[in-house]
Amino acid sequence: MALLEIKNLEVYYGVIQALKGISFEVNDGEIVTLIGANGAGKTTTMQAIMGLVPVKSGTITFDGKDITHLPGHKVVGLGLAQVPEGRRVFQELSVQDNLLLGAYLRKDKAGIESDMELIFDRFPRLKERRNQISGTLSGGEQQMLAMGRAMMTKPRILMLDEPSMGLSPILVDQVFSIITDWHKDGVTVLLVEQNAGKSLVISDRAYVLENGRIALSGTGAELMASEEVKKAYLGG
Amino acid sequence: MVTVIDGLSLGAIYALIALGYTMVYGIAKMLNFAHGDIIMVGAFAIFVTFSTLGHPLIAILVAVVICTVLGVTIERLAYRPLRTASPLAVLITAIGVSYLLQGIAQLIFGAGNNPVNFLASLGVVSFSLFGSQINVSWSSILTVGLGAILMVGLTLFVKYTRTGRAMRAVSEDRGAATLQGIDANKIIMITFAIGSFLAAFASLFYLSKTPVNPTFGSMPGIKAFTAAVIGGIGSIPGAMLGGILLGMIETICLSIPAISSYTTAIEFSVLIIILMIRPIGLLGKKRRVKV
Repeated sequence: MALLEIKNLEVYYGVIQALKGISFEVNDGEIVTLIGANGAGKTTTMQAIMGLVPVKSGTITFDGKDITHLPGHKVVGLGLAQVPEGRRVFQELSVQDNLLLGAYLRKDKAGIESDMELIFDRFPRLKERRNQISGTLSGGEQQMLAMGRAMMTKPRILMLDEPSMGLSPILVDQVFSIITDWHKDGVTVLLVEQNAGKSLVISDRAYVLENGRIALSGTGAELMASEEVKKAYLGG
Repeated sequence: MVTVIDGLSLGAIYALIALGYTMVYGIAKMLNFAHGDIIMVGAFAIFVTFSTLGHPLIAILVAVVICTVLGVTIERLAYRPLRTASPLAVLITAIGVSYLLQGIAQLIFGAGNNPVNFLASLGVVSFSLFGSQINVSWSSILTVGLGAILMVGLTLFVKYTRTGRAMRAVSEDRGAATLQGIDANKIIMITFAIGSFLAAFASLFYLSKTPVNPTFGSMPGIKAFTAAVIGGIGSIPGAMLGGILLGMIETICLSIPAISSYTTAIEFSVLIIILMIRPIGLLGKKRRVKV
């Protein structure tokens, strides 16, 4: 059974239909990518899953439980975490406070401490700056912080919305290698990217989103070989 | 010296009220113009409890409970249904709630003044400093002392507790806070509770200056709102600074006979000048406008 299953999802912004009935699934242990151009509905899909935008029709099921109309703060408690588009780190709060906010729903003090140490081992820059106001971090550091914050929720599925946006090529490689490492540690990943090449390489499966509809789907390798995808998203 | 302590005491009152405005603005992004009237309700609660039971501590306790419950109730019934409505609709609702509370108070108690002076009856402390005799009222000392304790307590709460952290997160980015599992509605409710809790103490302290009537909260409400804007609305230390500053200015102006009748004009001129130089207020933060 799929860990996350989206069926005929429709979302409207006023009279404008952003999602026109999309269906896809993410199985336990997979890395799945949604690719698509600006305005295709990728971010809307992510927000709908997290209960941040109202769903008009269709269903979202997580681990057999219907979460379609569950408010966002409850969705997090079930084990879904999201690194939002543009990172949205709390700029006025310290690095440590940002990470502790990721652990807001957790009660296991010792576990929170040790997970924070794991994040700091992974991102030594964040450790050096743990008491610094997050707004003073560089874009790359803020991306690391946003990812660390999401991991502090102890997610079963980690969703990342354009994690490579605005980063230098070296940092982009770093972001993708962290995602694959965490995936090896047992986290299921749903990725939204415009950087189709890099994300398809690490993906088990992928879907192409066009104008609020799923236009294509297949394994990462299949889509990389597809002429349509090459032309539209891989610059060839 | 007396002027300084009296100024600090009035400033502490303004600061306590200003905190309610600024926290609600920072976290719920709305101006709660009924906040001054919560102080009025608190003052009536003290008046009624004290005149029936005669015990000041019980009166204060009753006022604190009533104000806190009232603040949360107003938020739940009047403001929460408008969470996604336009700011103007919320503003008008807040003004409506303000008049509603004043109307209810007038219906029950009439428009007259009801003096409560157990704070004034505490008398004055006399001591000599640099050879001159100084008389400071106990109520001023109590106001400054308790006001300081409350403000330090609030600062520590917001800085170091899990809920305080969540309040700062919701204030900065409600959507991102939701992604951490924070229930923004609950945090907003807690904010109203804290603001109204502080307002109850402001009721008590302000009663030492003026008797309670249905518009008891209007003047300190407006002054405290001014203080919050001077300090930078949304900023907790700003509200404290703005409150103390305004209280000092008011007390100093009132103590100089030549300018005492221009006190209010001077206070609002200070507001205008500060906003001309620094539109975000003294300690306000520039917020990025998010797309």
